Amino acid sequence: METIKIQGTEDTPKVTLDKEKELLEISGRSLPEDVASFYDPILNWLDEYAESPNAKTIFNFKLVYFNTASSKLLLDILMKLEEIHEAGNDVTIRWHYPEDDEDMEEAGEEYADIVDVPFEQVPYSG
Amino acid sequence: MDNKKDVKGFLEFVYEFYKSMKAHEITLVYEGEITHQITKAFTSLTESNMAKDDESGSVQRKVFHVMVECLQNISKHADDFTSNDYLFSGRGIFLVSKGDNEYSVTTGNAVDNDRIEELTSMLESINRMNKDELKDLYKKQMKEGRLSDKGGAGLGFIDIKRKTGRDLEYHFLPISDDTSFFLLTSTIGRDE
Repeated sequence: METIKIQGTEDTPKVTLDKEKELLEISGRSLPEDVASFYDPILNWLDEYAESPNAKTIFNFKLVYFNTASSKLLLDILMKLEEIHEAGNDVTIRWHYPEDDEDMEEAGEEYADIVDVPFEQVPYSG
Repeated sequence: MDNKKDVKGFLEFVYEFYKSMKAHEITLVYEGEITHQITKAFTSLTESNMAKDDESGSVQRKVFHVMVECLQNISKHADDFTSNDYLFSGRGIFLVSKGDNEYSVTTGNAVDNDRIEELTSMLESINRMNKDELKDLYKKQMKEGRLSDKGGAGLGFIDIKRKTGRDLEYHFLPISDDTSFFLLTSTIGRDE
């Protein structure tokens, strides 16, 4: 399956979706000019991945900032992961947040409330 | 400005304008079309100024959030304005001010009068809500709300109130029989 690698910029996150290396991660900042067109390929990739996921899927969110329009698309990603989980697969979300950023921590808690997937909150320093 | 008197008058105006900005502690003011490029430039400028001033991480993040949502509101909604009035069409004003205790982010743009009721009731209902109600509304809108053609999800005002913990202050001033100028100001405390 095709690998997605997008370099991060000041307004778009770094994205790695690599099934073979079992690396699924989105990090950095997200306030793209056109959120839908930025996230479409990611959601499409997950649709394809859902057809034959790895034995274990760990999806890492390591965002330092996202705008409200992105928050909706992040939920779309989480709901796709929820579907994969509901289909009987082992899925874990790891929500990394700077340890001094309460808002980012709370955003993770809110997503964890909405979707029914094992959800780990991972604070980091620096 | 083809004679000396006009030039002098204009330069005096610039000085008055400068003093007035100082008096209101305005650190950034912009009038014109608000694009994504402008949004990026202003947020990064304000960010580096705040870092220079050793502003806390939490305040920096809140100011950044509010600026992005305010600027994106204007850039996404400015062309909803149907009048062809060249003075206002697709444009807006954006101000950041910094006082001893708080930052303010203020936007102004023209709206059709038939949108006033909708905007007022949205802002009022957000202002009435407490923390938990805002959180529930945000979650509900994220789940049920559709992304509009312009990429908005109706979440901006809710997010601003949540991040600042303060009411959204706004005002409509008449431009003509059909249009008004919509001003919105959000305040972020520096000690929170």
